Amino acid sequence: MDNLNLFIRSIFIDNMIFAYFLGMCSFIAVSKNVKTAFGLGIAVTFMLTITLPINYLLETYVLRSGALAWLSPEFADVDLSFLSLIVFIAVIASMTQLVEMVVEKYAPALYSSLGIFLPLIAVNCAILGGSLFMQQRDFGSVWTAVCAGGGWGVGWLLAITAVAAVRERIAQYSNIPGPLRGVGITFIITALMGIAFMSFLGIKI
Amino acid sequence: MSNKSVFFNPFSKNNPVIVQILGICSVLAVTVKLEPAIVMSLSVIAVLAFSNVIISLIRNTIPTNIRIIVQLVVVAGLVVIVSQLLEAYAYDVSKQLSVFIGLIITNCILMGRLEAFAMANKPWPSFLDGVGNGIGYAIILVIVGFFRELLGSGTLLGYQVVPDCFYEAGYVNNGLMILPPMALVTVACIIWVHRSFNRDLQEK
Repeated sequence: MDNLNLFIRSIFIDNMIFAYFLGMCSFIAVSKNVKTAFGLGIAVTFMLTITLPINYLLETYVLRSGALAWLSPEFADVDLSFLSLIVFIAVIASMTQLVEMVVEKYAPALYSSLGIFLPLIAVNCAILGGSLFMQQRDFGSVWTAVCAGGGWGVGWLLAITAVAAVRERIAQYSNIPGPLRGVGITFIITALMGIAFMSFLGIKI
Repeated sequence: MSNKSVFFNPFSKNNPVIVQILGICSVLAVTVKLEPAIVMSLSVIAVLAFSNVIISLIRNTIPTNIRIIVQLVVVAGLVVIVSQLLEAYAYDVSKQLSVFIGLIITNCILMGRLEAFAMANKPWPSFLDGVGNGIGYAIILVIVGFFRELLGSGTLLGYQVVPDCFYEAGYVNNGLMILPPMALVTVACIIWVHRSFNRDLQEK
């Protein structure tokens, strides 16, 4: 029940884009049409769902202060937490490489439409951000980490798809002042959606 | 390109935030107050300059296939140093910045500059490019932080600047400016003004 609650919270209230603004670079660049946006959203969701539990296990059994105590009692006062950034990013970068190979093999169309953004998932702030939030929040178990990761991913997917849909329409039908065209108006759309998403604050299941 | 244009272009014409659209995440997240915005800018300038130099020094020995991982490791090493320094000497600010110091690693400005500049240029121009882009980033961060703190809390760097008589006359701080979405609108306004003066940057 708690995990389901956390999943829903991560999608709507702690939404990566509308509440924390993580992963904005690829969000702005790829949200020009819905299909590509959806593909990238799926890739990000997948990455978050696998990297978060892996990083959670590393954090709990290797990095946290005293985490190595299961090896032998002598290690009880070893604190490796200063290494966590490097470890997390290494996990994420290698998982990205893996996902890239899988997508290239089984979905070549998606691979070519994502282009440069697939390797850049490694530097998508949403994914490292997920792991860093995990480190701050003391999740109880691996399942909690899976649920939070999945929820953040789905939230990101939802956000990028919604904004891409709005942008498609705007590009066709609206007459926007020249200086705001493209990037400027996307910022404003995202801000308005962010304000709308605040109405989810306080929802509990 | 001359060293001078490498250094000065990122200030306005090729600004990393509002023209190249890189590193937006942190611009939005750390600008509620001016002080964390300044600390964040300084950290980014330092990391950007040194990572550019290091990557530029070893650029001929990096195999192309794994260059992203190599770049990430260099950047991550520098960010760890910065975050440990901040925790040691500016603990309060580092608590306010929370995960965003760690997120400098995935700040797109770093990867963008390393890929686009440092991998193909000598160390000295790369250093200038790093500092220039860092300052370009800092300019936007400080502008956004200035307006959000002034309008949102009526203070600057923690000191009250809106006089008490304003409040007595019925002036109220705009609570909306503290919420994250207003950072986006502020950046959008900066883009609007900037592109009105630089018509060649406008999109069709």
